[in-house]
Amino acid sequence: MPGPTTPAPLNPDGSRRTFMKQAGGFLGLALAPPFLSQAERLTALSKKVEGVSTISLKVNGTVRAIRAEPRVTLLDALREYLDLTGSKKGCDHGQCGACTVLVDGRRVNSCLTLAVMSQGKEITTIEGLAKEGGELHPMQAAFLKHDGFQCGYCTPGQIMSAVACVQEGHAGSEAEVREWMSGNLCRCSAYPNITAAILEAKGQMG
Amino acid sequence: MNNFSYIQADKAKEATAAKRDDKSAAFIAGGTTLLDLMKLNVENHGQLIDVNMLPFRGIEMTKDGLRIGALERMSEVGAHPLVKENFPAVSESLLLAASAQLRNMASIGGNVLQRTRCGYFRDTAFPCNKREPGTGCPALEGDNRNLAILGTSETCIATSYPGDLAVALIALDAVLTLENAKGKQRQVPITKFYLLPGTTPQRETVLEADELIVAVTIPQTAAARKSKYLKVRDRSSYAYALVSAAVGLEVQGGTVRAARVALGAVGAQPWRCFEVEKALVGQPATEATFRAAAELALRGAKPREHNAYKIEMAKNTLVRALSEVASV
Repeated sequence: MPGPTTPAPLNPDGSRRTFMKQAGGFLGLALAPPFLSQAERLTALSKKVEGVSTISLKVNGTVRAIRAEPRVTLLDALREYLDLTGSKKGCDHGQCGACTVLVDGRRVNSCLTLAVMSQGKEITTIEGLAKEGGELHPMQAAFLKHDGFQCGYCTPGQIMSAVACVQEGHAGSEAEVREWMSGNLCRCSAYPNITAAILEAKGQMG
Repeated sequence: MNNFSYIQADKAKEATAAKRDDKSAAFIAGGTTLLDLMKLNVENHGQLIDVNMLPFRGIEMTKDGLRIGALERMSEVGAHPLVKENFPAVSESLLLAASAQLRNMASIGGNVLQRTRCGYFRDTAFPCNKREPGTGCPALEGDNRNLAILGTSETCIATSYPGDLAVALIALDAVLTLENAKGKQRQVPITKFYLLPGTTPQRETVLEADELIVAVTIPQTAAARKSKYLKVRDRSSYAYALVSAAVGLEVQGGTVRAARVALGAVGAQPWRCFEVEKALVGQPATEATFRAAAELALRGAKPREHNAYKIEMAKNTLVRALSEVASV
């Protein structure tokens, strides 16, 4: 898998992640071309893409470009190229839901989505939920209030999935929430608290 | 995942010709099966042809029945009022499948081409006649709890199609529209689409190399309108079926006038039960009738060490599904 994944020297603070954050941010800014609209995309990209090419992604309202091969998934593009490590890699096979993001408002498994096919679409990750200034999305606040997690690894995927679950109108009852959230596994088994959080946040989402 | 080139097709001929000209190519729509298998190195393609821009969309009633564009997603089709009203088994088969995320991604055309969940097929450390013809089948004497008991062969006992939708489509006599690189379309009843493993388990359907599924059409019948998909599984949600049944009944004055019956996860392919249907027609719509007819469905079943439970489970699933549609 390409991308800045080779072992990096540790920073003075001992954090490899800090190094990767800086590297990713720099790369993203340096290469951002104008964003292609959906209509333009048809003609602009109706050709073979081989090897590394420029891929423009609109993530949380901002267009950023990466240089990557067609095999790079949306999840890897977010985490390894755009430094958005909120979306988690659990199974990498669409079985656990930890990688859930919204694409054009629909929840999808970003691990089974190709970055090259995500161009021209609105991608929302956990990093894009809170308001500028840090006010949490009602779903994030409800997860905190109800203790909807233990280890927290599945939480970004749970929250993104939960936001969509409410928006789809599939959070009418506890049973309905459990059915429509079944694509997000929690090995700490925080399900009762996750369910309670979703039912509460439903009333606060406009 | 091996590297590949990517092409976004905006005309059907562009897609089918590219597939015809490159044996290593595959179409990609939702990608939920394809990328999963490519990450496992079970499938390796040199080229992916993105068909999502092609105009094979829409859900509309036609004189032949409900026509569903092959690129429609599972979530939209499952929730569509025309589907829920006229083909409840189809709606249920879609909404009981996978997860909300996967249903948002997976296309109808791709769904009917899902590949087996047999653990030996999915793990390249093992031999597998379906993945590498002639290498053998460890499932015969191995972990075969989820595998087939009908239509199998000595080379393969996989439930080749592990999903749900095709079970409902087979019960309700759906027809697939395929289009090839010459732009020619042909209609294939889904009952004739899948191939049994025999000595060539790597050949799973009659789809030719340059053919793309462009639509599914389901005829409107009284039995389809009163149909149901019942899915039995290890977990109550987000699991493949151990056994499933798609049934439809037309009952008049307490007598069965028409019946549609198929089983999932017991056959090498989704399993239409014509003998059960014959045994139901003209009989009173009672549990005794359903019980007697269900016996016929499993005649000739060849269980292995870990999947004999499917025989009783399939009969009970059929009886319950038939009883429930009869009482509606």
